[in-house]
Amino acid sequence: MTNGINRRTFLKGAGVLAASAALPVGLVEIAFGKGNESFTFAYISDSHITQINDTQFVRNFDRGLQKAVLEVNFMDPQPDFVIFGGDLAQLGKKAEIDHGLAMMKDLTVPVTWVIGEHDYYLDLGKYWQEKVSPLYYSFDHKGVHFVVLNSILTHDDWTHKRWPTPEERMRQMARLDNPEGSPFMVKDEQIAWLKGDLAKVKKDTPLVVLSHSPLYKVFKEWNFWTDDAEKVQALLKPFKKVQVLHGHVHQVLYNRIGNISFNAFMATAWPWPYPVSYSQLKNKVPDMTVFMNRADPFKERDGTGWGKIDLAAGPKVVHHYELWENSPRTVENNPKGNPADTKYQDPKMRIPSQEHY
Amino acid sequence: MLKIVCSVAAVVVAAIALVISPARADEFTKEDLKKWDAAFQTVAKEGEKLFHSALGKNSVSCDMCHPHASNNHPETYPKFQKQLGKVVGLREMINWCIQNPLEGVPLALDDPRMYALEAYIYWERRGVKLAPGKH
Repeated sequence: MTNGINRRTFLKGAGVLAASAALPVGLVEIAFGKGNESFTFAYISDSHITQINDTQFVRNFDRGLQKAVLEVNFMDPQPDFVIFGGDLAQLGKKAEIDHGLAMMKDLTVPVTWVIGEHDYYLDLGKYWQEKVSPLYYSFDHKGVHFVVLNSILTHDDWTHKRWPTPEERMRQMARLDNPEGSPFMVKDEQIAWLKGDLAKVKKDTPLVVLSHSPLYKVFKEWNFWTDDAEKVQALLKPFKKVQVLHGHVHQVLYNRIGNISFNAFMATAWPWPYPVSYSQLKNKVPDMTVFMNRADPFKERDGTGWGKIDLAAGPKVVHHYELWENSPRTVENNPKGNPADTKYQDPKMRIPSQEHY
Repeated sequence: MLKIVCSVAAVVVAAIALVISPARADEFTKEDLKKWDAAFQTVAKEGEKLFHSALGKNSVSCDMCHPHASNNHPETYPKFQKQLGKVVGLREMINWCIQNPLEGVPLALDDPRMYALEAYIYWERRGVKLAPGKH
């Protein structure tokens, strides 16, 4: 960490909740306007706990989740809650979910759960609903309306008719670059629920929408994509302040579409390349995202991390990222309202390690 | 009569031989090109399978970090690999991944599986300008 003191000073100066600046923490402050009580939550995402055999799990991925849990527990002051952004398991097995839950149980604060495709496609969310959480729901916290969506549904034919066994279906969905894959969707039943849920919320209430996949379109071939995202965006459009937070992409990624700001969770398991690094297909990676540094494979936790989010009263949105084994990043809204990196947004300021092939 | 038949047969055989096999080393047909491309694609397909399977001991596969073999930048090898402190080829890095994140045993550098992995990685990077040595 190179600028922990600067960031601590900044945070105090900005009058937001004190951050645990001595820890390698990714911060996202969301200034949600006057009248709201400031509060803090943390997120952990994409741990991909993988069973090798009865008692053995992949060490690397266990360590990522354990490190995040430990560091969240060291946060002072403690966050109000932790959001888990999905993909607790790799192949949706009970043993993987149980092993992940056992590690997550060490957290000292409650967890809000988002389901990912790796948790879902073995038994279509049955065990998740029994042991972990409903698949979609909403709640209010200190003046902010939170909505959790299950954004990783897909066509019924693919889910129910295409594969001989649930295990095969899970394996197929687990392959990110699968030509036999199928695009993520929220689907009409859930969109109808969302419409009803938001009908009860005043239009000046700040909204935070949590999903596993990005609720916009980046790269269909890796499902950095939600096929019916526009329908969800249309329901969010009447609200003044909307922040979508999502997992799945395992990278620093931010965007703005109309009134909606989008921000990706870091993964604890491994980083994914930006779709620009696959030279054979076009992508729609948001121009405004300044890429995270190219990960060094020799440093096992490089390109991974977790984050902390302050919802604070104030005039603008400020995001602080600090990544394991890498330099911190700060992103805040520019005068046009778009997220912009305070150090690197100007192309002249970019550093060689931000170049991806 | 027999002599005539034999002569005709000899001419026919010679004619067929001319059609089937190139007369000179630098001549090949479109059929040859198809055959050779198919041979490459078979190996690249095998590489794709290996790339998406557990090559080590912990069930982790290459594609988990490198979907579509991306972020391998094969066009930059051989190059100075800063973590190893010397110039290495793509094969050394493939083996590094097999040994570390995949917790497996490295392949011999001339193992057919190594050629298959290379074939797949290069195929997914086709058309990109060579940049040997670029970090």
